[in-house]
Amino acid sequence: MSHDTHAQHDHSHDHGDHHHEESFITKYVFSQDHKMISKQFLITAIIMGFLAMLMSTFFRLQLGWPGQSFPILETVLGRWAPGGVMDPNIYLALVTIHGTIMVFFVLTGGLSGTFSNLLIPFQCGARDMASGFLNMFSYWFFFASCAVMTISLFVVGGPASAGWTVYPPLSALPQAIPGSGAGMTLWLVSMSLFIVSALLGGINYIVTVVNLRTKGMSMTRLPLTIWAFLVTAILGVLSFPVLFAAALLLIFDRSFGTSFFLSDINIGGMALEHTGGSPILFQHLFWFLGHPEVYIVLLPALGINSEIVATNSRKPIFGYKAMIGSILAIAFLSFIVWGHHMFLTGMNPFLGSVFVFTTILVAIPSAVKVFNYLATLWKGNIVYTPAMLFAIGMVSTFITGGLTGIILADAALDINIHDTYFVVAHFHIVMGASAIFGMFAGVYHWFPRMYGKMMNKNLGYAHFWLTITCMYGVFFPMHFLGLAGIPRRYYENTNFPMFDHLTDINQMISVFAIVGAAAQLIFIFNFFYSIFRGTKASQNPWGSTTLEWTAPMKHMHGNWPGKIPEVHRWAYDYNKPGKAGDFTPQTEPMAPGEEESH
Amino acid sequence: MISFLTFFVILLGVITFARIIRIFELSSELHGTDVNAVNESDNKTHSLLLLLFGTFFVITVFYMTWSMKDKMLPISASEHGVGIDTLFNANMALLYVVFLITHVVLIYYAFKYYHKKEHTPVFFVHNTKLELVWTIIPTIILSSVIVFGISYWSKITAPAPAEAIVIELYAKQFDWTARYAGDDNKLGKSSFRLVDGSNALGLDYTDADAGDDIIVRNEFHLPVGRDVVFKFHSRDVLHSAYMPHFRAQMNCVPGMTTQFHFKPTITTEGMRAETKNEKFDYILLCNKICGASHFNMQMTIVVEDETAFKQWLGSKKTVAQELKAAEVVPVAVTDSLAAHTDSVKVHEVTAEVVKH
Repeated sequence: MSHDTHAQHDHSHDHGDHHHEESFITKYVFSQDHKMISKQFLITAIIMGFLAMLMSTFFRLQLGWPGQSFPILETVLGRWAPGGVMDPNIYLALVTIHGTIMVFFVLTGGLSGTFSNLLIPFQCGARDMASGFLNMFSYWFFFASCAVMTISLFVVGGPASAGWTVYPPLSALPQAIPGSGAGMTLWLVSMSLFIVSALLGGINYIVTVVNLRTKGMSMTRLPLTIWAFLVTAILGVLSFPVLFAAALLLIFDRSFGTSFFLSDINIGGMALEHTGGSPILFQHLFWFLGHPEVYIVLLPALGINSEIVATNSRKPIFGYKAMIGSILAIAFLSFIVWGHHMFLTGMNPFLGSVFVFTTILVAIPSAVKVFNYLATLWKGNIVYTPAMLFAIGMVSTFITGGLTGIILADAALDINIHDTYFVVAHFHIVMGASAIFGMFAGVYHWFPRMYGKMMNKNLGYAHFWLTITCMYGVFFPMHFLGLAGIPRRYYENTNFPMFDHLTDINQMISVFAIVGAAAQLIFIFNFFYSIFRGTKASQNPWGSTTLEWTAPMKHMHGNWPGKIPEVHRWAYDYNKPGKAGDFTPQTEPMAPGEEESH
Repeated sequence: MISFLTFFVILLGVITFARIIRIFELSSELHGTDVNAVNESDNKTHSLLLLLFGTFFVITVFYMTWSMKDKMLPISASEHGVGIDTLFNANMALLYVVFLITHVVLIYYAFKYYHKKEHTPVFFVHNTKLELVWTIIPTIILSSVIVFGISYWSKITAPAPAEAIVIELYAKQFDWTARYAGDDNKLGKSSFRLVDGSNALGLDYTDADAGDDIIVRNEFHLPVGRDVVFKFHSRDVLHSAYMPHFRAQMNCVPGMTTQFHFKPTITTEGMRAETKNEKFDYILLCNKICGASHFNMQMTIVVEDETAFKQWLGSKKTVAQELKAAEVVPVAVTDSLAAHTDSVKVHEVTAEVVKH
């Protein structure tokens, strides 16, 4: 049955190739080709990421040197930074939008959108996504969502300012903070568009992986990237609708006078008529997405990492089935841990205990993944491409950031560090840095596949070393700020004598942040320079076994001329005893008497 | 003009940079080498850099932990907080060990196994015994983390002892108000509808329990060695009452009462001696984003012995006394001043308050 579908599929595409020349619009703008859509996602994410990074340097200026005048702030922020000192409201707005963009647009849309789109058809051996049309829609919803979020920066009252988690009542009441006016409305519109994009994309990824694998590509021969993308897509499809519900109900509360999340509020001298709702309900809905979201961000990065670590160690990934098992275990657990964000909301302490239990369990599959990476490196023959350096860096950040998660998951310990800089340090390292390292690794690794060019190696090295140094320089000391009791989202810490002795640490963090941000310009330069001027890539520059490197480097509609290659083995036959060369492509038939490796 | 010039200079800089890179690439093409192919010397250089960076990083982590120890919060000033600190330190010690082992292995492998032409990597696909070992050991260790964590959490969050002093912490943008339950140790009812200029907490003056309540601002006092149970309220948005020195925190949620109890064990004077800081004060701060002045929503906490505490509290006016002084005489409240009850009047007062 599935074989028949393939044949038909092949036929229709062959037909298409010969008879249609694509116009500029259908090729570069409203493209339905997964390779072009993947590039569109990536470039949009780079632009949004740059914006969010710029915001972080601005608020780091304020945090490092509170109250000091920086003329550049007035140049960029205008009346929101009179005299070069930013207003507390705009500080909160920058923090909020920085978080929103990084979590949703860069690490969800950007990461999954780029690599699921590029690699699912290529590595599964499909002509394209199951529905190119939905795929195009997914990108354009994403684009619209980014556009609306960017527009929200310019409205009266400023953009949404209630933190990226937009907890009501703060996010529901314009009386409470100016950003909860038009800015918040646009935030909700943007997020709704984003959810549509994530769902269209996710459904497409799942269907493609399930239905369009080439002959011989069984689930246990799939590269771990595809496993990660598949599970990520399932997480997204199951959890994003819940965020949509939360967003919709919040829109109702804001605009139509309902009381889902509001009750007993007296603000600006007025008792509001909202009664019976609960702000905590919003937190439950938000984190029911929000926690799986952490893994929506992290799993693709881990999948990319598995692929890059194996390829560049010239060794099979260790414990392939354990890797799949741990992805599934993490995904399952991610749905029953959301309450650990809410230990201090007045939740029943017994329920808190249950969430402690489930949350700490996540450490087990995570530990398995780390040990498997280490075992893969063991007695390998490691080629240090920039991608591999980022992959190694990611293993380090995953450990460093993951470990502090065990502290935060412990409700009794959370009491004293909840919402402090300890949390900021934890999630920036384990989720932010790990995922962005995975994304960088992926870009360096698959850039030749995307553009047929190589990225400049030495710029890549410089980028890595500056990035990892600055990343740890920024986030590691934050643990101590948290343990000293500094709450997050504080505009300045100068009102508390108990924090005065930490000023120099805050300045050091800011310096690292600014240097680290500047280092990203190297990447951006390298990326765009290499698109136009990069040296030509060879067919399989990293000596990889997977299918994407068997397709012609010059992109063509349908990916492979003629028949789709057939797969005969798993994706990790590197240096298999008895085989010539240091890798055996998946397309190479099994020799007589040869056994499958796992 | 200046910004145009700056832009122009940056543009020139980028173009120059691009040209230099191009020159390198072209010259390597002339030599017949691919400038972007990773060669053996790259592998060696970066494995060495990983060793150096990794070692430096691990040492810095430990050094910084040691050098920062005096800049952290001082010893816990509450009974349960001592246990939190112990549990925290025990968990951290465990994490440092795991961090050290995994990082040493990672750095060592990354350094040792850089690509060498003559080397053939082992074909090591899986090993059930090894995988079981490194699944079961973390499971056992984490189980103990879970058991210790949950049992201590249950202990902290167990119901407060009946004799605990009841204090309401009332949050609004952007300050705190504390209300002591008074002689009856019962807080009078309040409602967001009753809030007005003279009744900031929205107290229901018709509630007999409200009369002996005592409202204080700017600073509140606690008796050392007595259990205190806090009831948290918010008038507008979410806030979080964070008392870091007591290892205590709870969110303040409009429409809901949350609570947390603890027993302060060190007086303010005691902690001043402990930290060798004459100006030390315990502090209550807001730890949930609540608006523009979130960063300055604080209240001082004074812990003192029981006598001093009673004296301080006795010097404060009760709600009934304040009302009397202001010549507002809602009847039920004045019960505690030994007045009479008049239900009709009570209704009038309530209605009047609502109108505000």
